[in-house]
Amino acid sequence: MVFVIASRELRNLFLSPLAWAIMAVLQLIIAYLFLSQVDTYMVLQPRLAGVEGAPGVTDIVVAPLFQTIGFLFMLIAPAITMRVFSDEKRNRTLSLLLSAPLSMSNIVLGKFLGVTLFFLLLLLMLALMPLSLYAGTSLDGGKLAAGLLGLALLLSSFAAIGVFMSSLTEQPVVAAISTFGLLLLLWIIDWSGNSQQQVSGLFAYLSLQSHLGSFLKGLFSTSDVAYYLLLILLFLVLSIRRLDQQRLTG
Amino acid sequence: MDTKVLIGVEKLFRYYGHHLAVDAISFELAQGEVLGFLGPNGAGKSTTMQMISGNLAPSAGRITLNGIDLLDRPKAAKAEIGYLPEQPPLYPDLTVDEYLAYCARLHRVSKVQRGRALDRAKQRCGLGDVGRRLIGNLSKGYQQRVGIAQAILHNPAVVILDEPTVGLDPNQIRDIRTLIRELGESHGIILSTHILPEVQATCSRVQIIHRGRLVFAESMQTLEQRLTGKSLILETARPLGGDILAQLPGVDGVDIIGTQRARLHFQADNPAEQVAASVAAQGWGLVELALDRQTLEQVFVELTCSEETAQHGEAA
Repeated sequence: MVFVIASRELRNLFLSPLAWAIMAVLQLIIAYLFLSQVDTYMVLQPRLAGVEGAPGVTDIVVAPLFQTIGFLFMLIAPAITMRVFSDEKRNRTLSLLLSAPLSMSNIVLGKFLGVTLFFLLLLLMLALMPLSLYAGTSLDGGKLAAGLLGLALLLSSFAAIGVFMSSLTEQPVVAAISTFGLLLLLWIIDWSGNSQQQVSGLFAYLSLQSHLGSFLKGLFSTSDVAYYLLLILLFLVLSIRRLDQQRLTG
Repeated sequence: MDTKVLIGVEKLFRYYGHHLAVDAISFELAQGEVLGFLGPNGAGKSTTMQMISGNLAPSAGRITLNGIDLLDRPKAAKAEIGYLPEQPPLYPDLTVDEYLAYCARLHRVSKVQRGRALDRAKQRCGLGDVGRRLIGNLSKGYQQRVGIAQAILHNPAVVILDEPTVGLDPNQIRDIRTLIRELGESHGIILSTHILPEVQATCSRVQIIHRGRLVFAESMQTLEQRLTGKSLILETARPLGGDILAQLPGVDGVDIIGTQRARLHFQADNPAEQVAASVAAQGWGLVELALDRQTLEQVFVELTCSEETAQHGEAA
C-alpha cells in the first residue's frame, strides 16, 4: 500500500512542470560548477603531482561538488515537498486516502517515500557527472560511495522535514517557507557555536551540514548515519501524530 | 432476503471545541436499505458521514461497519465502505482511468479484477467515453459522476454519498437516482441531500437531523401514511353549514377554516363521495374537494424551523 501511494506521488510530481524545471535548473548549475571544478584541478594537477599524499581528484572535484549539491537541495526541497499534504488538504482530496483501508503511517510513509525517490532520482542524474570522470582517470570509489550515501541520507531528511511541515498547513507557500527556514537553521546552527567551545558540541551535532562533511571526507560513522535516521524517524512520527490529531480535532 | 445490519451507530457525539455538532445519534442501516439523511445546513449531516467514513474521529460513541468496529479495526472496517464527500476528492491532473485505477489499488482491488471493476463502475456512472480525459477538464456533472464511481468501485457493503446530485442536470439526476436505487438492492446506502423529492424518489428510510440531534426517523412507508393524512379540504361557492357535514357517514370532525372552507377529519375510508353528494344536495356549489396531503417539506420545516426560531429568540 505504501508503494501505491509512493508511486502515485512520484508520478504526480512529473505531471507538474515544477519538477521538470527544477531538474533542468539543477542540472545546469551543477554542470557549470563541475566544469569549473575540473578546470581548477587541471591547473593544480602539475603542482600536486610531486607532493606526497596530496589530495586526489575525488577530494578536489567531487567533495566540493557534493557539498554544493547538498546546499542546492536545501533550496529546492521545500518547493517539492510543500504540496505533499497541504495541496491535498486544500483540494479536500485527503479524504480519499483517509476513507481507504490505510493506516496513517501507510499514508505518511507513502508520501515520504515518493518524495525521497524523486530526490534520489535527481541525485542519480547529478552523480553521473563525477562518474563520467572514470572515463579519463580513476576515482576513489570508497569516498564517492560515502559521499553519495551521505547525500542520500541528507535528502531523505529534507523530505521527512518537508512532509511534516506540509502536514501543518493548508497553504503550500507557508509550508515551503517554514520548511526552508527549518532546513536553513539546521544547516547553519553550528556557525554560532564556533566562538564558544562549550555550546558548540550540541549545536555541531544538530547541524545537518557537519554530518554531511564527514561523509564527504570518506568517513562512514554510525553516529552520522544514526543522526539522519533519527531525524527522519522523528519527523515521520510527528507527521503521523499530526494527521491523527487532525482527525480528532477536525 | 436476510437483512444484515451494515451500519450500526451508537450514541455518537462530536465536539468542535465547545460546540456540540453531533449529539447522541444512534441508528442502524440494514442491507437493501437506502437511508436519506436530511437536515438544514450545519445540522451535522456531513460531520456524521465523515465519522462513519473514518475521516473524523468521534468524541464518543461506537460505529460498526458490517459488524466490524471502526475504532478497533479501522483498516478492516474501512474496506467495507465507499465514501463520496461533499466535495469529490478528485485529482485534476489525472485522467479518469488513471484516477479510478489508483482508487482501486488503494482499496486493494486485486489486479485481476481491477479492469472489470473499472469498466463496471464507469458503465454504471455513464463515464464510458471520458476515460482518457483529464478530470480537471470535465464538467461539474461528470466530475461528480467520477466521484460516485470512485465510491462504488470496490463494491463496498456500505456506500455513503454526501449530496451526490449537486451540479447535475435533470437527466443526470434521474440516472443517478436509478443507480442509487439499483445499488440499494444489494448494498446499504446513506444519502444526504437538500432536495426533498429526491429522498421520496430514492430512499426507503428518512432521518432528519437538526442541531446535531435526530429529530425524525421513519421508514418511507410510515412516512407516506403520515403524509397522506386523514382529512379533506372542502371549499364551496356559498357559505357552509357545519352540522350537516359533521353528520355524514365517515366524517369524524369538522374544522371550519373560513365561511366557505372547512377541513373534514376521518378515520376509516375516504368519505369524499358522500361529502360531494351532500354538498350538491344542499346547493352550496362545490369549488374544491381535495385530500389534504402533507409534503415532506412541511414535515421538514415543522421539525427544523420552529425550534430554530425559538433558539434564536433565546440568543437575542
